Amino acid sequence: MTKMTILKRSKLLAAALGGMMIGFGTANTVVADDLAAFKVGDKHSGYVYTAKETRALQDDDFENPAMLWVEEGEALWSKAGPNGKSCASCHEDAAAMKGVAAVYPKYDAKNKKMINIEQMINREIVEKTGGKALKWESKPLLALTAFVSLQSRGMPVAVKTDGEAAPFLAKGKAFFYKRRGQLDMACKHCHEDNAGNMIRADLLSQGQANGFPTYRLKWQKIGSLHRRFRGCNKNIRAKPFKAGSDEYVNLELYVKSRGAGLNMEAPSVRR
Amino acid sequence: MAKARVKAPKKAKAGDIVTIKTLITHKMESGRRKNKKTGELIPRHIIDKFTAKFNGTEFFSADWHGAVSANPYMSFSYKAEKSGEFEFIWHDEKGEETVKKSKITVA
Repeated sequence: MTKMTILKRSKLLAAALGGMMIGFGTANTVVADDLAAFKVGDKHSGYVYTAKETRALQDDDFENPAMLWVEEGEALWSKAGPNGKSCASCHEDAAAMKGVAAVYPKYDAKNKKMINIEQMINREIVEKTGGKALKWESKPLLALTAFVSLQSRGMPVAVKTDGEAAPFLAKGKAFFYKRRGQLDMACKHCHEDNAGNMIRADLLSQGQANGFPTYRLKWQKIGSLHRRFRGCNKNIRAKPFKAGSDEYVNLELYVKSRGAGLNMEAPSVRR
Repeated sequence: MAKARVKAPKKAKAGDIVTIKTLITHKMESGRRKNKKTGELIPRHIIDKFTAKFNGTEFFSADWHGAVSANPYMSFSYKAEKSGEFEFIWHDEKGEETVKKSKITVA
């Protein structure tokens, strides 16, 4: 889909998007060779599209503000729940979580649908430690997710997409390519057709999920992938789904599968 | 209570210029934001003073104002002459202080 055909769709849309389309153009950002670790074939991590100052924040574990949440998560890891058990009671060292975040969302036989990392953490809290499920986007859930995801840093994203996961992958893929909202745009219009181009003052990325949860400078805190999905949906003036909804978990599966092989970067820093 | 992180070298040679990095969690509420539901202004609550001391003597300080981001990061240099203890103090507008200490051995 080219920008011309988007513009043809309706006058209203053309008016709404006018300013945005002028913004599209080839970015002159030089992509250095030392970014090889952030590329696999034509898949590029969001890191590639990030300003060098922001990259520097991510590269240094001290300067990375997301590490404050990781520290919090580390403390929560061994904090006992109401029944006296903590994450550490069963999993002991957090090293046991190595590679876990890279394979979620996973098929969950119990509910016969996909389950993502946040939901899995919450299930463990409820079933194993006797605690209450944490609210989505709450500090403790973000902290635990960041801490668990960090254990998989540098490992390739490897979600399972065949077998039972296949129908859910298809749903997520359909979401990615379906136009929605007043602007009548699909995920693919920005993140597939125009990745690397400017949208007004912003450089569009491929929309890869390997760095989540991510510290977004705009948010001034760490946030989940589903928060990002909601933000994207709002930007195209669509009604966002709830964080943790089936729609977003399926989309998460598809987005991760299209970034399979990219190294996990969580917790990353983005603008 | 705010949570702070400090990265300062544990060892240095006399005369070395060392870099100290600090980071603290704080929402740095600017006082300009409105509560989305009620429309009322959220009162300002920021860290207004950062001080670094060495063996009790102040060697670096900064006044922070409304435009400083949340979770502020601050890095600065110090010329190490003798062994001792750094003390970093973040003072916020409600009078709360977060203190972090770090020792250095100068050979």
